[in-house]
Amino acid sequence: MNRNWQVVIGLEIHTQLATRSKIFSGASTSYGAAPNTQACLVDLGYPGVLPVLNGEVVRMACKFGLAVNASIARRSVFARKNYFYPDLPKGYQISQYELPIVEHGELFIQDDDGNEKRIGITRAHLEEDAGKSIHEGLDQYSGIDLNRAGTPLLEIVSEPDLRSAKEAVAYMRKIHSIVRYLGISDGNMQEGSFRCDANVSVRPRGQQVLGTRTELKNLNSFRFVEKAINYEVQRQIELIEDGGSVRQETRLYDADKDETRSMRSKEEANDYRYFPDPDLLPVEIEPAVVEQLRASLPELPGAKKQRFVREYELKNDDADILTASRALADYFEAAVASSSAQAQAVANWVLGDLSAALNRDSLDIGDSKIPASELAGLVDRIADSTISGKIAKEVFEAMWAGEGSADAVIASRGLQQITDDSAIEAVVDAVIAANPSQVAEYRSGKDKLFGFFVGKVMQQTGGKANPGQVNAILKARLGK
Amino acid sequence: MTAELHLLTLTQIAAGLRQSEFSALELTELLLRRIEASDQSLNAFITVTAEQAMQAAKRADAERVAGRGGVLNGLPLVHKDIFCTRDVLTSCGSHMLDNFVAPYDATVVERFANAGAVMLGKTNMDEFAMGSSNETSFFGPVRNPWDLERTPGGSSGGSSAAVAARLAPAATGTDTGGSIRQPAALTGTVGLKPTYGRVSRYGMIAFASSLDQAGVITRSAEDAALLLGVMAGFDARDSTCIDHPVPDYVAQLSGSLKGLRVGIVRQHFDAGLDANTALAVKAALDVLKAQGATLTEVDLPNLDLSVPTYYVVAPAECSSNLSRFDGVRFGHRAADPKDLFDLYCRSRGEGFGAEVKRRIMTGTYVLSAGYYDAYYLKAQQVRQLIAEDFRKAFSEVDVIAGPTAPTPAFRLGDKTDDPITMYLNDIYTIGANLAGLPAISTPCGFADGLPVGLHLVGPHWGEAAVLRCAHQYQLQTDWHLACPEAFR
Repeated sequence: MNRNWQVVIGLEIHTQLATRSKIFSGASTSYGAAPNTQACLVDLGYPGVLPVLNGEVVRMACKFGLAVNASIARRSVFARKNYFYPDLPKGYQISQYELPIVEHGELFIQDDDGNEKRIGITRAHLEEDAGKSIHEGLDQYSGIDLNRAGTPLLEIVSEPDLRSAKEAVAYMRKIHSIVRYLGISDGNMQEGSFRCDANVSVRPRGQQVLGTRTELKNLNSFRFVEKAINYEVQRQIELIEDGGSVRQETRLYDADKDETRSMRSKEEANDYRYFPDPDLLPVEIEPAVVEQLRASLPELPGAKKQRFVREYELKNDDADILTASRALADYFEAAVASSSAQAQAVANWVLGDLSAALNRDSLDIGDSKIPASELAGLVDRIADSTISGKIAKEVFEAMWAGEGSADAVIASRGLQQITDDSAIEAVVDAVIAANPSQVAEYRSGKDKLFGFFVGKVMQQTGGKANPGQVNAILKARLGK
Repeated sequence: MTAELHLLTLTQIAAGLRQSEFSALELTELLLRRIEASDQSLNAFITVTAEQAMQAAKRADAERVAGRGGVLNGLPLVHKDIFCTRDVLTSCGSHMLDNFVAPYDATVVERFANAGAVMLGKTNMDEFAMGSSNETSFFGPVRNPWDLERTPGGSSGGSSAAVAARLAPAATGTDTGGSIRQPAALTGTVGLKPTYGRVSRYGMIAFASSLDQAGVITRSAEDAALLLGVMAGFDARDSTCIDHPVPDYVAQLSGSLKGLRVGIVRQHFDAGLDANTALAVKAALDVLKAQGATLTEVDLPNLDLSVPTYYVVAPAECSSNLSRFDGVRFGHRAADPKDLFDLYCRSRGEGFGAEVKRRIMTGTYVLSAGYYDAYYLKAQQVRQLIAEDFRKAFSEVDVIAGPTAPTPAFRLGDKTDDPITMYLNDIYTIGANLAGLPAISTPCGFADGLPVGLHLVGPHWGEAAVLRCAHQYQLQTDWHLACPEAFR
């Protein structure tokens, strides 16, 4: 982004784990309930209550660790992070500090030049979420909603290996894709199930020492991550170039104003007084359990992408997009399985008209109005020349609107392609007869008029004439 | 007979009820009258649950008549006010919680209730169990039934006073550094602290989570064995409660002490020990010897480090455990806070007493960046050494015997200005907490007219061993039967 400066970014991604109950209590984790209706005595931090670890979160964290080629700690420890805040009921957050459950992982992204690049994952640790403070609409008071308190989170910390906002987003998308593949998180960013903090610094190119970093808090969309980092990088560069220096601090991204602003400086930071939580035993994981979990892992996006390129001969980029979501990849494979056309043709339809229609109606692939087998039926009708690609778009829209399968739509609307040479010849002859002056001009060298004749033929056949045949017959009849 | 009901032990009461010599209601009403009469002099109770007690006693009588009922059916007891009791004030001896009505029962409370026990009330205690004399209670000090000018010990001082004064045959207590055993010693009662993890901590308001353990104060080892059998055992709501078989403790009381290897720690009889207390304890050791036990000297080389270690670990944990008392959801809340910071500062400033504040500050300090390694981490390492010392000692002996407290009950006000001297009161008991070991204090005589306790420590899960030792000793002595004059 700037010739003289190198950008250094590390991300801390908070992923809400998709358990039914909370990490240390039996209360439900479902989203959107009335305030404080999903908080039990443990979540409320009542006197005398104790946390009990939900074993499912341990299995989920292990799966993530295995998916990013990390080591799984045989023994990890929950610690207390002490600070006062009204939405933190116990006055401490239970998290993992010195001994996290996952360490030393990695994943690969495409860098800005399109090359594969390794991003290190320092660690991933389990912790509980805090509640929510509500400052609007309560006069001079603040409200506290503790439904979210105790929701399990996996905090995934990257090495400072990212060199641009685009790389940061690519990394975040990869993590997002992995957690959803594993089924350990719904990745819902609107509901805050997947959010991140970014540590950003700049340094003169060639310098080894890292610049002073700022931490950007609570970035809850891919777009905001990119915009916030870009803003912050520019701010830091300008600050230094103007003779100033970057202050180590926490900054908040304001999406409305597209700017970051200071939240608290390093000096104002809490001393969290971490110490092992005496209410919880260390988490011990037997290697046999890790192996069982490894065996249970689904095919992951990276492997699936490579297989798609190999097995279906897809374009690299198409395979990338198709495998970003497990549901999309599954849809594609189901369509390919019931189609006799080339896989790339199926991919074109999935990534083209189908994705556009899903976006338009804000639907997930799982809610597609055209099942995979029916999309395959449509692609097959193009492949066997029953309809043209252009007519196929009309058929697709009709299918989307619920008019049935491709064959049903083609039949009911009479859209079957005209492939009978004599029928096309008759139309061609009629067009030539009706436009003598254009024929003369064409024959005297005005080649561009060929399209005029194609258009006329198509007009008269309602677009159903086979385009290849139309071209061939017109060429032959018009001579030259 | 009826006039003497308050002198009966739980075991005797159970027998009397079985034979219908009296009813649970009759007994309950008698004890409630005694509690009411003693209130002025002892201040042992924070709450008396008379109405609920009589209801429970009536139910117990109905069950008994129908030939049903749990092992504690109709047996009265009182709970230290650190155990959450549904719909009843649970103050923890603090202004912070003097408006806190618990919405649930602690596991210990629930198990006793399910076994048919009748709760008479909640006993006074040092604020958040931080104290050795009951003088830090927001509800005022408890007085020792043997001498009203003296402390009944702490922090379970209300429980020990109530049992000693025959207001209840048994009481629950909690022991973090000696809070069951020291008050038992100072009041001539029996105090049992089980192995860490033996009894669920769920619903017991936490002071120092890695040290806290629930136990009982009774008038006989036999009663302690009876109650332990009910309260012990796995509880899925406490991750530190261990799934270890619960033996029949009462059945294991019998059997002579012949061949029992009793360890004596020489440092226990050093300068810090009151001379007359030493005499009583040594006489008790002679009784054990006469019963066939062998006395061996054992070495606990790091014993002198136990008090300083404890006063790093316990405050560190308490500073975090007590963070939840912030005036936001329950407990004391300052009036008209001008902002959040003011709400925190004044709610906590007003709600906590001086000793609690001292420990929160100490604990905050030892966990701070830059001090953690030097204090907290170091203390945890020393704790391991102390546990190792005990492990070695228990490869040579079955129980370790010595004094429970260095002096008999001291005068109220004597040590309140000198926290260090006060802390040293727990010098013999703290080791068992740091190492997570079971221990019991049983009455073994008098020094200057005040009760003295014999301290017996066992290896992990060795409750049966210390209970048997105490029981066999009680079969040969009558110190545990002594009753303070004013409460006969």
